[in-house]
Amino acid sequence: MKNILKYTFAVLAIGFVGCEPEFDKSVTDAGFYSSGTANFAKFVAVGNSLTAGYNDGALYITSQEASYPNLMAEVFEFAGGGEFMQPLMNDNTGGMMFNGTQILENRLVLGVDDQGNPGPIRLEGTPTTDATNKLSGTFQNMGVPGAKSYHLVAPGYGNPVGVPVGQANPYFARFASSETASVIGDAAAQAPTFFALWIGNNDILGYATSGGSGVDQTGNLDVTSYGPNDITDPNVFASVYSQQVEALKGAGAKGVLLNIPEVTSIPYFTTVPTNAIPLDAGTAAMLNAQFEGYNTQVLPGLVGAGIITPEEAALRMINFQAGQNYPIMVDEDITDVTQILMGPPFQLPPETAALLGKLRQVKSDDLIVLTASSVLGTTPDPSNPMGIMGLTIPLPNHLVLSTTEQDRIRNATMAYNAVIQGLAVNHNLAFVDAKSALAQVADGGVSYDGGVLTSQFVTGGAFSLDGVHPTPRGYAYVTNLILNAIEDTYEAYLPKVSVGSYATITYHNN
Amino acid sequence: MNNLSKQNYTMRKLLLFAVFTLSASVAFAGGYRVALQGQKALAMGHAGVAVINSSESVFFNPAGLVFLEDKLSITAGVTGVFSNISYQNTVTGDYAESDSPMGTPLYFYASYKANDWLSVGLGVYTPYGSEVKYEKGWVGSHLVNSIKLQAIYIQPTISVKLSDMVSIGGGPIYATGSVNFDRSLNRTLTDLEGNRSTVEVDAKGVNNWGWVASAMFNFTENLHLGATYRSEIILDTDDGDATFSNIPKSPLTPFEDSSIKAGLPMPAELAIGLSYDFDKLTVAFDYNRAFWSAYESLDIEFENPNIPDSFNARNYKNSSVYRFGVQYDVSSMFTLRAGYYFDETPVRDGYFAPETPRNDSNNFTAGLTVNISDNLQIDAAFLYSHFKEVNASYDYYFEDGVAVPFKGTYKTNAFVPGLGLTYKL
Repeated sequence: MKNILKYTFAVLAIGFVGCEPEFDKSVTDAGFYSSGTANFAKFVAVGNSLTAGYNDGALYITSQEASYPNLMAEVFEFAGGGEFMQPLMNDNTGGMMFNGTQILENRLVLGVDDQGNPGPIRLEGTPTTDATNKLSGTFQNMGVPGAKSYHLVAPGYGNPVGVPVGQANPYFARFASSETASVIGDAAAQAPTFFALWIGNNDILGYATSGGSGVDQTGNLDVTSYGPNDITDPNVFASVYSQQVEALKGAGAKGVLLNIPEVTSIPYFTTVPTNAIPLDAGTAAMLNAQFEGYNTQVLPGLVGAGIITPEEAALRMINFQAGQNYPIMVDEDITDVTQILMGPPFQLPPETAALLGKLRQVKSDDLIVLTASSVLGTTPDPSNPMGIMGLTIPLPNHLVLSTTEQDRIRNATMAYNAVIQGLAVNHNLAFVDAKSALAQVADGGVSYDGGVLTSQFVTGGAFSLDGVHPTPRGYAYVTNLILNAIEDTYEAYLPKVSVGSYATITYHNN
Repeated sequence: MNNLSKQNYTMRKLLLFAVFTLSASVAFAGGYRVALQGQKALAMGHAGVAVINSSESVFFNPAGLVFLEDKLSITAGVTGVFSNISYQNTVTGDYAESDSPMGTPLYFYASYKANDWLSVGLGVYTPYGSEVKYEKGWVGSHLVNSIKLQAIYIQPTISVKLSDMVSIGGGPIYATGSVNFDRSLNRTLTDLEGNRSTVEVDAKGVNNWGWVASAMFNFTENLHLGATYRSEIILDTDDGDATFSNIPKSPLTPFEDSSIKAGLPMPAELAIGLSYDFDKLTVAFDYNRAFWSAYESLDIEFENPNIPDSFNARNYKNSSVYRFGVQYDVSSMFTLRAGYYFDETPVRDGYFAPETPRNDSNNFTAGLTVNISDNLQIDAAFLYSHFKEVNASYDYYFEDGVAVPFKGTYKTNAFVPGLGLTYKL
């Protein structure tokens, strides 16, 4: 009897397999979604760290899985999309080795210190990704962290030999097709039917994150003379960018272009307040006494001698008060008066002259970089408790992005963006105004299924712990912007990703 | 005497069998009610409150037992539940199919006619249960990865004839239940390797008492009216276990394994039915009212004070089932049955969760009894449950105080074949 039951159920079980209830119209049916006039069979994405899926100061497997090209490819699968391969890192540690020596740092995680204060820390551990281990095959995510616009067209950018000397990129070295390959060449060789291009961010970002330490190269067309923190000449950008669009377009591929966001609204620049230093009335008076001679004699003297304008003298005044105070800083863009102060009539000792040479106080529209938070208010020389960073020791130039430096970045960004939008229009490509989108995130935020995405560091959800790159949730938001643009341009109908289902930052104590 | 002790032995053996192998049951009725308490009744749309034909009446209407013609009636059965859920969200393209294993609810009833006015009986059955399983980490994983719930009712019963027209019956119910529930902590929390952080809640041997009372009226020899009320039983536990997995190593996520307190109601149910015997034909109609409003919220309190308690609003409403069945004696060998019932969902709009995604259903049943000998019958029944495609959402999931509705389209069905044996003297 028991056997009869068993066999009966076995037969019935076979009969009911595949009796899954079917929807009248299933999302899995061909034709439910549509690629419109686009063709997603071969989708290739080209760009920098944003395209690679970089976040928390590193590239690692789970960050790559949430890259916007990968999310797009998952959506494209509903509308004729083909295989999409990424040059996945070897682990979730982030960081990279070169022949056994670590050359790139591990990912950041949110740790908690002994006092219970949360803050970003580097994940401990040895990375298992080595730049000299060549991946085989072609990859459709051609996002290369660190790449500037002109790097994409540079042959040999993935030559491992060039990595230790800074002539090549360790990420591209892992999957470049040859020692002389260029990123754009390898992408075009795949003959994409659809492409995404988001490049140009690093052409200003290095300058910005280094507090304007580089050179604005506007007017200089020779990229071989550029340093890593320089601003790329807009004509150079226009030239290489149109080359890239032509190469990706090939025989008529369709695609999407993204413009360059305003970097000054990212948490890297907006987290540390400009008036970060609290003082009581006594300390403020004591400090003011030290700068009294500078304010009342040196500055008027310099104006009188015609060396600086009255406006510059006003900018250079130092004044502390009870409450929150602006730190003092070195500004490379104001007149260097070091030598003059050492001569008559001032006759200041060299150290004092050097201190005052390019000194001013930070203003409310300057931007202090995120990394300054670990040095502001500290005493770098333990034997000198009066040497306080920001009060008696000026913040170095690379920790502050002055308004002058911000203007250079803004001008270059506007020039790049004019090129990008112009090419999108000329070639009938989908266009995403990433600049406006980021401005919206920074200014009040955008709502998603579960809250509001803002640029607030750590808690806002949009930006990872490096303060520059989006979180997976931020990338998911970008993905939907792109999908909407594709629908508008190519009459497609596509599913959208659920932004709230993507993670933000990772908690971990080493 | 000899016979009786042999039967007692058989009963004990069957009882043990029933208690220890009741492995899984799957909700296919409203909420987590599993209406599969006898193949004869199931084949007639699970209508049986006013039907007098076997010891299945231990469940359907204990008062009817005293009108059974047989001195002894023992019946036992097993049902295979193949239930399937499809889910999709046309905005996101998410699609999922449940991967629930076959459920096998069982029942065992015995009735013994002590004298002309008194019968005694025993029933073991599983009126509540649910087993739903999705792929781990699916899009609704923050609501449920899998749930397995079962309650076994053990019910000693007496049935007393007050007159040829009226009898009453009833008895205490000892309920023992268990629940296992697994879900992700939220939509995004993972460990360093990207593995979703999950919690598994497990409670076993959760017991409580309830009761059943019923009456049967024979207006004529052919027209019967029955009514049965089964009390609510709340299964409360204060020593369940919560096991957390893939939790980030951080004081910001202080999730550690903890004991838990939780309670789940097995709602009260009222059944009223009519049956009429023609020559070879019996027709039956039952009305069931399930008092689901008892299920307001599924709350899990963690003993560890660092872990926030979990409150999951359910807010079920009382619901009705309308059952209709016919039985036809083809020959002394065969009896055929067929039935239909309409099962209202107790789930309100906005509370439609993937753990029990049940909307109103139309249910079609058929079955037969084969008399192998004067003493032995084989009962077979088949049920097909059809649920209309429904757009629904669960609006009471919160992240950081913000409601995150889980929306989608569900389509569900169930194929339920059952087999039973009846032994009578």
